[in-house]
Amino acid sequence: MRRQNGYMTAGLILAGAAAALILLGFFWTPYDPNAMSMDRAGPSLAHLMGTDNFGRDIFSRVMKGAGATASIALATVAIGAVCGTAVGALTGYFGGLVDEILMRVNDALTAFPSVLLALVVISILGPGKRLNVTLALGVVFIPSFARLTRTAFAALRDANYVKSARLMGAGSGRILLVHILPNVMHVLLPALTIGFNNAVLAEASMSYLGIGVTPPDASLGYMLSEAQGMFGIAPWYAAGTGLVIILMIFSAGLIGEGLQRRNGEVG
Amino acid sequence: MRKKLLALLLLVSLLSAVLCGCKDGSTERQSADGQEPTIGSTGETPPANEITVGIAQDLDDSLDPHKAVAAGTKEVMFNVFEGLMKPTSDGDLIPAVADRYELSEDKTTYIFTLREGVQFHNGEPVETGDVVYSIQRCADGSEGEPLIPALSVISDIHCDDTTVTITLDQPNTEFLSYLTLAILPEGYDQQDTAPVGTGPFKFVSRAAQDNIILERFDGYWGAPAYLDRVTFKIMENTDSIIVSLQSGAVDLFAHLGSAQAAQLEDSFNIEEGTMNLVQALYLNHSEKPFDDIRVRQALCYAVDKQQIIDIAFSGYGHPIGSSMYPAFGKYFDESLTNHYSRDIEKAKALLADAGYPNGFSMTIVVPSNYQPHIDTAQVIVEQLKDVGVIATIQLVEWGTWLSDVYAGRQFQSTVVGVDASNMTARALLERFTSTAGNNFINYNNAEYDALFAQALSSFEDAEQTAFYRQMEANLTENAANVYIQDLADLVAIRKGLTGLQFYPIYVLDLSTVRYE
Amino acid sequence: MKYAAKKIAAMLLTMVIVSLLAFTAFSLISGDAAEIMLGTQATPERLAALRAELGLDRPLPVRYAAWLLGFFTGDLGVSIQYKQPVWDLIAPKVLVTLCLSVLCFLLIVAVSIPLGLRSAGRSGGALDGARTVLNQLCMAVPAFFTGILLSWGFGITLKWFVPGSFPGLQEDFTGAVKYLFFAAAAIAVPRIAMTVRMLRSTILTEMRKDYVRTAISRGADRRRVLRRHVLQNALAPVVTFLAQTMAEIVAAGIVVEQVFVIPGLGRMLVASISNRDYPVVQAIVVILAFWVVLAGTTADIINQRIDPRLRLGGAS
Repeated sequence: MRRQNGYMTAGLILAGAAAALILLGFFWTPYDPNAMSMDRAGPSLAHLMGTDNFGRDIFSRVMKGAGATASIALATVAIGAVCGTAVGALTGYFGGLVDEILMRVNDALTAFPSVLLALVVISILGPGKRLNVTLALGVVFIPSFARLTRTAFAALRDANYVKSARLMGAGSGRILLVHILPNVMHVLLPALTIGFNNAVLAEASMSYLGIGVTPPDASLGYMLSEAQGMFGIAPWYAAGTGLVIILMIFSAGLIGEGLQRRNGEVG
Repeated sequence: MRKKLLALLLLVSLLSAVLCGCKDGSTERQSADGQEPTIGSTGETPPANEITVGIAQDLDDSLDPHKAVAAGTKEVMFNVFEGLMKPTSDGDLIPAVADRYELSEDKTTYIFTLREGVQFHNGEPVETGDVVYSIQRCADGSEGEPLIPALSVISDIHCDDTTVTITLDQPNTEFLSYLTLAILPEGYDQQDTAPVGTGPFKFVSRAAQDNIILERFDGYWGAPAYLDRVTFKIMENTDSIIVSLQSGAVDLFAHLGSAQAAQLEDSFNIEEGTMNLVQALYLNHSEKPFDDIRVRQALCYAVDKQQIIDIAFSGYGHPIGSSMYPAFGKYFDESLTNHYSRDIEKAKALLADAGYPNGFSMTIVVPSNYQPHIDTAQVIVEQLKDVGVIATIQLVEWGTWLSDVYAGRQFQSTVVGVDASNMTARALLERFTSTAGNNFINYNNAEYDALFAQALSSFEDAEQTAFYRQMEANLTENAANVYIQDLADLVAIRKGLTGLQFYPIYVLDLSTVRYE
Repeated sequence: MKYAAKKIAAMLLTMVIVSLLAFTAFSLISGDAAEIMLGTQATPERLAALRAELGLDRPLPVRYAAWLLGFFTGDLGVSIQYKQPVWDLIAPKVLVTLCLSVLCFLLIVAVSIPLGLRSAGRSGGALDGARTVLNQLCMAVPAFFTGILLSWGFGITLKWFVPGSFPGLQEDFTGAVKYLFFAAAAIAVPRIAMTVRMLRSTILTEMRKDYVRTAISRGADRRRVLRRHVLQNALAPVVTFLAQTMAEIVAAGIVVEQVFVIPGLGRMLVASISNRDYPVVQAIVVILAFWVVLAGTTADIINQRIDPRLRLGGAS
């Protein structure tokens, strides 16, 4: 029991640190994150993480960028998990024609290149909005949650306690939400943290391909891709940015680990 | 567990390393020779006289030189094609496929004498019929607009065995510049996929989004190229470019950023030329508030070109003040560069005068695949803040930019670089006449149109130059755009290679590159 | 057999849906091939002429119908940009991407399954914490960054391969596979970490179930229980997860092909999208879709064999 709480505690502390950094970033940063200057230097007391190629304070930009990345990733996972679980529940529980149709569309979405999807979303909604990336990534994340939960829902469809609930006259909605969903959580929870992880990586890849937040605003992914171009002359840029990405994913992972272990203990 | 993972990874890596052990050895040996490790070479042959050149994008349009418009395509295919005339690195024109030409007294008839012994890459000799075919192909307006509209001045073209005679409606001082158009074999219809020209290199093969291979053409009439073979390798990713240069996979890469160049100084010579582009914050004159000259001037006063060059380009780049860049020599008016020097108070006063005492918001559209423009835009955003103008950058894909901004003219402002399709002032300035189809900023200035008409009908070079310079001044005074710079072209070339020449147009001449 | 036939029909249907989606998506993006090809030299007249020449002036449904008809008769059309048959253009790239994906998948399976099993078997040990931390770290690095690190480490410093000079599968197969191995590793590292985690948690959850506890408390061999019962029940979500991983490999491949300068389908896709070369985009999208759907279908079929409860829709 102590160990499991250890993960949880460590995760919460780290997540708290990341959240504090992000929240603080909304109101205050040591420097204007977009203010440029001619001085390009490594980490110092004045610039904790050094400055980038425009002489901007990396720490300030990381604070802002972490906010952007976290909000994109959280929203993406939320969209993916909610829609995906809904689809998975419907198809897994009912089967039949609904299952066939939804799963075909689901397959099509899985197989659809996310770059093209992102471009379409951007074309429709207009460029330069953070919502674009979130929506595009959210859609990309639906199928994986749908597949995962579908399997779980299908497996529990005929479980004894579900059957008895059905016999007692419980409606389908109630069975899905009250009886099956809690028992699907053990699949869903790790998927959520992995999803968050994937979303951060996907946002980074999107930025890497030039789709995502627009400069001078930053996201961690955008900064990391910018940083690696200067790996040889400004390694601190990649180091600072990478550190915060790791902090975020790491804390989410630890919380997931902790949750899951507690969950496993209870179930 | 960590150890196990590591051990397993090592095992698999080692296995593949051993499997390919001999391959490795050959690479090592060649590196030790000071030569680049050649791709696909068996390791038995001596170091090959060839290089690999990295390019940031595949040739995105037709390989047919008459149809190609992309700067990147012309840059590569310059090595394959030649016209009657060809440009030199000094910006002059010298006869190429032609041996010489004579201009009649009234300056309307050109008689070109063909150079003897010029061959196409397929071994056929170049005949006057090929020349007439090539020129007519570009001048033909029967299916809409001709490929080169300026050739419509030709009233007659005919040939005998050794000469081609071209008669014009009226004298045209720029006519020779258009005759750099590629001479192609008559009746050959595969220029799109297997181009055939007369240049120092011949086209061998291409693999889509991978490479283009050229080989020295031994039947070339002029000084032969030094290198046997040139492989252009497409690498769109900036980080792979650095790694590929460092690893020895690539020997030469042009158009690098200053940060990239700085990482390569150990094993490469960094040569600096110019990109020959007019980089500016282009303003749409049909969009409020840029229909007001005071607002445009205010922006000009708010932007500090030198600071942009210093911050985003480490000081590399040449500031400009109008739609003309220094390589154009006599047409370039240096005095316009500092027509507006940074003056916050003046800018604020102009804005207040125009009815924007508290500034306004605007968007700057930037094509997402051009990092230099993105960088410039970022600095501009910061500079405009000082006069209360809040600018937001919108990154769009190049295709979207062409469609919405360039063709559709649906934008407020955009940062791009505009290049010249040939070495004439007209190529840069005609687009701002009110009726030009490519006047994407909707510039509408009667005086400018009149000056252009005068320049066109002027047959004296000096007089015409004067008109073009007045047009430039007109653009500057009316603050048509916020002009910034002609970007520096930083080329990394492996130490041991020499002979690279810069041109005033966007080309990469490899015929003079050689191993020391 | 009927089940398999149904699955194949479903796959075909999925691919048609994907191609229709891709085509619709394409028509929604602004800019067309003619505009790209003419670039800044475009004028309305020249655009109209080029569109007519390229057949872009035909209505969208006509173009899609023509494409679909061609697809079913084995003709993928001609690339707008390269003026070459699409299949000739992409065939070598299909092979490269296939190699990369398979290599990556094998790497993930070969490393993560033993690791996952061991880590589940030794849950709670002193190393557990360290393992979790390492696992989390591996997950946190984007593939493009791992790619650059591998290029610097193994390419520039150790000289095990020459980044930027992919030898080509036909020219030098072992060399090419070796080169691809590093790219595959860049994609695999975070996926391995995720799979290990997934496997571990699934097994641990299963181990806590009553029947396992009962079996163990009755003195059954722990490892035998693990192998005989736990694995079988834990396998279904893992197989689903691995199929999902296939889709992620394909997606990550796009970026990693760029980083390692590998002439694969991903780069071709990105370039063709920006050139609005729709015949090429359609072909690549359908091929990648086939690949992903095949993985999904295989997973379904395997799962259905393992666990008959998953037989859905009366197909038994």
